[in-house]
Amino acid sequence: MKLLQRIGQDKLSALCLLTISAVLIAGLMAPLLAPHDPEEVHMELRYAASSSEYWLGNDHLGRCMLSRLIYGIRPSVLAVMAALFVSAGIGSIAGLLAGYFRGMTDAVLMRLCDVTLSFPGYVMTLAIIGILGIGLENILIAFVLIKWAWFARIIRSTVMQLADAEYVQFAKAIGVRNRTIIVKHIIPVSLPDIAVAASSSFGSMILQISGFSFLGIGVQAPSPEWGMMLNEARAVMFSKPELMLAPGIAIVLVVSAVNYLSDSLQIALDPKLTASRRTRYEEQRKAAAARLQRKEVV
Amino acid sequence: MNSLEVSNLQIWDRHTGRVIVPDSSFRVKQGSCLALVGESGSGKSLTCKAIMRLNKAGLSQSGDIVLDGSPLSQLSEKEMRAIRGKRLCMIMQNGMRAFDPSCVVGVPIRETLSRHFGWSRDEIAARMAEAMTSVMLRDPIGIMNRYPHELSGGMLQRIMIALAIVLEPDIVIADEPTTALDTIAQFETIEQLIRLRARTGCSMIVVSHDMAVVRRVADDMVVMKDGVIVEAGPVRKLQSDARHEYTRRLLGAKLALQQHFQAVMGGDSFVDRNRR
Amino acid sequence: MAMGRYMLRRLLLSLPLLAAISFIAFMLNSLSPVDPAEVVLHAQGVPNATNELIAETKAALGMDQPLWQRYWNWIVSCSKLDFGSSYVTGKPVWSLLGPAFLHSLKLTLVSVAAIVALSIILGVLCAIREGRMLDQATRGIAFVLTSMPSYWLGAFMIWLFAVKLDLLPTSGMDSWRSYVLPVAVITISFAGIYFRMIRSAMLSQLHEDYALYGRACGLSESRIALHLLRNSLQAAIPVFGMAIPTLLGSTVVVENIFAWPGLGALSVKSIVSRDFPVIQAYVLVLAAAFVLFNTAADIANAALNPKLRKSV
Repeated sequence: MKLLQRIGQDKLSALCLLTISAVLIAGLMAPLLAPHDPEEVHMELRYAASSSEYWLGNDHLGRCMLSRLIYGIRPSVLAVMAALFVSAGIGSIAGLLAGYFRGMTDAVLMRLCDVTLSFPGYVMTLAIIGILGIGLENILIAFVLIKWAWFARIIRSTVMQLADAEYVQFAKAIGVRNRTIIVKHIIPVSLPDIAVAASSSFGSMILQISGFSFLGIGVQAPSPEWGMMLNEARAVMFSKPELMLAPGIAIVLVVSAVNYLSDSLQIALDPKLTASRRTRYEEQRKAAAARLQRKEVV
Repeated sequence: MNSLEVSNLQIWDRHTGRVIVPDSSFRVKQGSCLALVGESGSGKSLTCKAIMRLNKAGLSQSGDIVLDGSPLSQLSEKEMRAIRGKRLCMIMQNGMRAFDPSCVVGVPIRETLSRHFGWSRDEIAARMAEAMTSVMLRDPIGIMNRYPHELSGGMLQRIMIALAIVLEPDIVIADEPTTALDTIAQFETIEQLIRLRARTGCSMIVVSHDMAVVRRVADDMVVMKDGVIVEAGPVRKLQSDARHEYTRRLLGAKLALQQHFQAVMGGDSFVDRNRR
Repeated sequence: MAMGRYMLRRLLLSLPLLAAISFIAFMLNSLSPVDPAEVVLHAQGVPNATNELIAETKAALGMDQPLWQRYWNWIVSCSKLDFGSSYVTGKPVWSLLGPAFLHSLKLTLVSVAAIVALSIILGVLCAIREGRMLDQATRGIAFVLTSMPSYWLGAFMIWLFAVKLDLLPTSGMDSWRSYVLPVAVITISFAGIYFRMIRSAMLSQLHEDYALYGRACGLSESRIALHLLRNSLQAAIPVFGMAIPTLLGSTVVVENIFAWPGLGALSVKSIVSRDFPVIQAYVLVLAAAFVLFNTAADIANAALNPKLRKSV
């Protein structure tokens, strides 16, 4: 909770957090929030501009853009988040086991990681989609299969440092069970690192999934998805470029918010940076206040 | 005749307005060695960098700095650069970090010497070889072709001293020259500093928090605490007759530690010679 | 010489990795839920594949041989650049992959050159003027640009430059002019990351002790900047080196929007039609390129930073 406080100090980070939460909630509550059925076709309303009933207008099949945008949160953001959790979960467990128990476990897991990481991510994602077939589920499976190794590496180095800490050695020496040590001491302290790693790849995963849908190998029509909406708008790009605005802006907003939040999370969690940043913050405020009082120009 | 006169030096942080050194004044007599003494964070290093006007961009300074009669504070950056190295030389605390890790040690030395004197490569090599031999570095040419990580901290310190010998500056500023070294290397470095002074007749400013170093190498002493000079005077006088309480604490601290150590190691037969 | 030994060791290390890659690429085929024989028959237009037909096709494709035999045959033919024939068109894979690879390579090389130049210039400038207007503005703009989907940016630029202003072609790969927009889009999308890296590398060097010592000896700022750049680039070179294989694989979307006849179009087509030999070859070539570039980058790094030559 101290973390949230620190983030709240920076107005922009707080705004980003708010935006992302709003988007996530909107996605979850899409059936309640969306004004119309996203797949309902109204051929007579094709390419209609925004009206009082259809706030963002209609697409090439007369479907409500706003509803499609809201429903599109589900595959574009929520599904990605789910995949993120799963891969972070698997990777963290692997990294935990490797870093804590060392020896054979570590060697085997790390070889596995090395091989997985030595494949270029994008290429392997395409390959897995090629093998398993196109569609959202397979893209998410591909993400998980590739990203877990990255998380495992990061968590492993954190856990290795922690496992060497004296209080852990002491706990082992007095006979505390491994499970207890892991749950009570190791996991809580490595959560921040997991959070930073996860948030920093969230943005690129959103971009990737919308990119795949744009190419036609992701979410299939008629399900709404931001990348796919852009693909559909591309067909009429020269005559009706405004159709590309809404989904594009949505992507930019969410990804920017996620990236900014991830950056400030990293800064907030780095103890060195935090101290200097906070004291400088406070000193700046005090100096500014003093200047105002004395009405001097320093 | 004063080699360096610092009057009313003030250093403050431009962003926060915090004053780090409020008002410092001291002088370095011709051919003598002044020690700047104090705990970490007392502003000693900042003062030295201020003399050379090398503080970070966020720090501003005011006050008069006069080197052999010429005022330094009014010089342009270009004129200042001509003085740095040639008349004001610095010896850094950590020899390992003072040299670019991606070049051999000879490169920055050659750059410095050719910049100030325009000598040829051979002449630089000859002069540096002579200086390095006098600071007890064997195989000077071989050393000049090595990378910093291949040499020890003590050797790198001595290379910096050798460079100072060749540059023949008016003032040498040594910032914590022994802090990063082991005991034997400390002794060697102090010897070389003393010899440097004897050979070139330059004045010296030594920053240190180690009183043993100060006692060996310095004539005068300035004690700083939290950026303020609390006491100044000849080393011998301050040792026996310090007026400020902080000075006495500083001087006594290490001594007390040493005495305690000797008492513990010496056992029953230990006779306290120094206790008053 | 330590350098020679390091190179040898590094090259030897990459061999098991290449072997593993080739094996996994080979196994991709067998991991699919769809029988490759069915894919072939489907492409040939056979509506109802009976079991005998499938078995026949399998035999014709050599699928009934034991695993290690198939693997060995495949490796041997790969070394001769014979990746088999496409299930869909029947043409040799290399005839499809080769030219596509070349086209993508051209685009990638030009883009990487632009990215390196742009990120170094901006990174150095922003590091020297840290905190000031230029720095903050550049960082802000770079931030937004990297959060943008590259195809959206590409579409916008096509609309602006090719349609409204009619300066450049909208698609295809005809003259040098067709390079401008795709390279610009790729550069803008990716340069932000590299720019940040250079900037933070320079910043960390700016306050290093050797910069202070250099100034204390009276060296000029430009000479010191050269030293700083040398050290900053060291961290940057392996990353830049990896940019080439990374971009080779990641420009799928940009190639799509500009109708660039490269690996992007090929990979998407083969994925949709489940053309396994093409996918396999694609994975093998790109993953191998990845490993080789990684090795080369490590060697280049050791050449610049003598401290690394002792480790492996």
